[in-house]
Amino acid sequence: MFPRPIQQASAPAQTAYKTMLPIALILWLLPLIAVAVFSIKPASDFTQGNYWGMPGSFEFVNNYGQVFFNSDMPRYMLNSVLITVPTVIGAVALSAMAGFALGVYNFRSNIWVFFMFVAGNFVPFQILMVPVRDLTLDLGLYNTKTGLVLFHIAFQTGFCTLFMRNFIRALPFPLIEAARVEGVAEWRIFWFVVLPLMKPALAALAVLIFTFIWNDYFWAIVLTQGPDAQPVTAGITSFNAQYRAAYHLMSAGSIVAALPPVLMFFLMQKHFIAGLTLGAVK
Amino acid sequence: MTTVALPDTDPPKRGWYKRNEIAVTPWLFLAPAILFFAVYVIIPIFQSFSISLYDWDGLGQAEYIGLGNYAELMNDRAFEVSLWNNLKWLVCYLLAIPAGLFIALFLNQTVAGIRIYKSLFFFPFVLSQVVVGLVFAWFYLPNEGLLSNMLAMIGLGPVNVLGDPKLATYGIILAGLWPQTAYCMILYLTGLNAVDPEQVEAARLDGAKGWKMLWYVIIPQLKPATFIAFVVTIIGALRSFDLISIMTNGGPFGQTRVLSFYMFEKALSEYGFRMGYGAAIAVVLFLIMLVFIAYFLWSMYREEKGGH
Repeated sequence: MFPRPIQQASAPAQTAYKTMLPIALILWLLPLIAVAVFSIKPASDFTQGNYWGMPGSFEFVNNYGQVFFNSDMPRYMLNSVLITVPTVIGAVALSAMAGFALGVYNFRSNIWVFFMFVAGNFVPFQILMVPVRDLTLDLGLYNTKTGLVLFHIAFQTGFCTLFMRNFIRALPFPLIEAARVEGVAEWRIFWFVVLPLMKPALAALAVLIFTFIWNDYFWAIVLTQGPDAQPVTAGITSFNAQYRAAYHLMSAGSIVAALPPVLMFFLMQKHFIAGLTLGAVK
Repeated sequence: MTTVALPDTDPPKRGWYKRNEIAVTPWLFLAPAILFFAVYVIIPIFQSFSISLYDWDGLGQAEYIGLGNYAELMNDRAFEVSLWNNLKWLVCYLLAIPAGLFIALFLNQTVAGIRIYKSLFFFPFVLSQVVVGLVFAWFYLPNEGLLSNMLAMIGLGPVNVLGDPKLATYGIILAGLWPQTAYCMILYLTGLNAVDPEQVEAARLDGAKGWKMLWYVIIPQLKPATFIAFVVTIIGALRSFDLISIMTNGGPFGQTRVLSFYMFEKALSEYGFRMGYGAAIAVVLFLIMLVFIAYFLWSMYREEKGGH
């Protein structure tokens, strides 16, 4: 293990390490802690210039109540859910099939199809922006959740296919061969042999894509406008325009907007990290 | 899938599908993904190339002007500023890799509660860039912000990071480094977990420790993690848009624009709908990215050939 385990170090070094840990963490999260503190302060603190002193009163319930019951935030949140969940399902389904095709069959153009997905996944969004916006307008899907979902599914399929294909490559191939010898149809091999083995990959991808799509901002402002279809990342800017300089409300709003992926991460941490670090070890 | 509709009991005379099952199945499985990807990703790339040769406001008649947009770019000061800023982003963003490694080494211990520390250190990555941008914008506020208040405690005057044309880009990059470092950290923590303990012990017996151990024994074993960290950091640097849009909206005086932001501004904002000109900027950004994409693919290709 590297560095040398701290347990082998002297007692003072151990104590020093254990005190440095929380200090380092507080410094690391300082900007976030600042926002959390802002979000429970009363409005009067800001008008009186009491930015960093003790809060004049604790307004947790009031500030967050405002966000939930007196603004468009719940609508934006609902939009985000209605955009994110179908995207996750669609992208995972498409890429599970594509990953199966690229992972199991050795046809000639296999690697080129694979590289097409990988390369497409890296392109800058701006090169797609004008044509995708036009296409969405032509389909009559501008400013709809469906328009965003269709694009997100397509784009995420690149990354997801890369992920699924590499995962399937690492599965024991003899299992598939055995099924073939038994005369099992290919689609049945996919459904009954490979898919059950892919559960960890499906879970990891679902959590990752959820976070990516929830946090998307660029496509939200390119393909939607207004509270009918906009997700919370875009909505928060209108929210902030509405409550200009009301830092207590803007902070509370940002925390609410950030919460779902954070919860997802803490609940599904193992899958999340497994997904992000795939390929980081041989 | 169409395959589902086929009977799975073998008919006496094997049909065309049955005879060609192995050859046809992968394409049936690939069809929906390729269709989506082609329509929304591959074809638009070529369309953007073509649009960049036109003068077009997105609604009226497009007028073919050849390389006119590119010629105009050559004399566009704002384009030059954006290009330089992209370079700053690329170089500074790479700091996330050593910073991530440093934090990973710091946290790679087994004391009580370390798992919670690791999660909390990683946590900025889960936040949307919009929230990161807001959080840092408030952190930098000249009067209300925590940064100025902390500087005041040690007797330094307030700084308006985002209002200063020289500092603003670096202020935004720092905000971007926060989640990016967290990502690199988690890659390295996973990598460190897989470092061969026998090699480390053997090196220790040979008297290697500290920097030497890190440089000659540990870092070579972390190569796959470093490769991924490099890929995601480069892509992240060139994709920077959200933070700029949220924190400064390109200002002050357009000094924090990068290509991705400038393209959006030209093609789709209150400054006008110059789709052709925007597409030309996007093409330049794409070509820069293509250099890196080609390198990544080439590395992967060698890996594939070596692995089988």
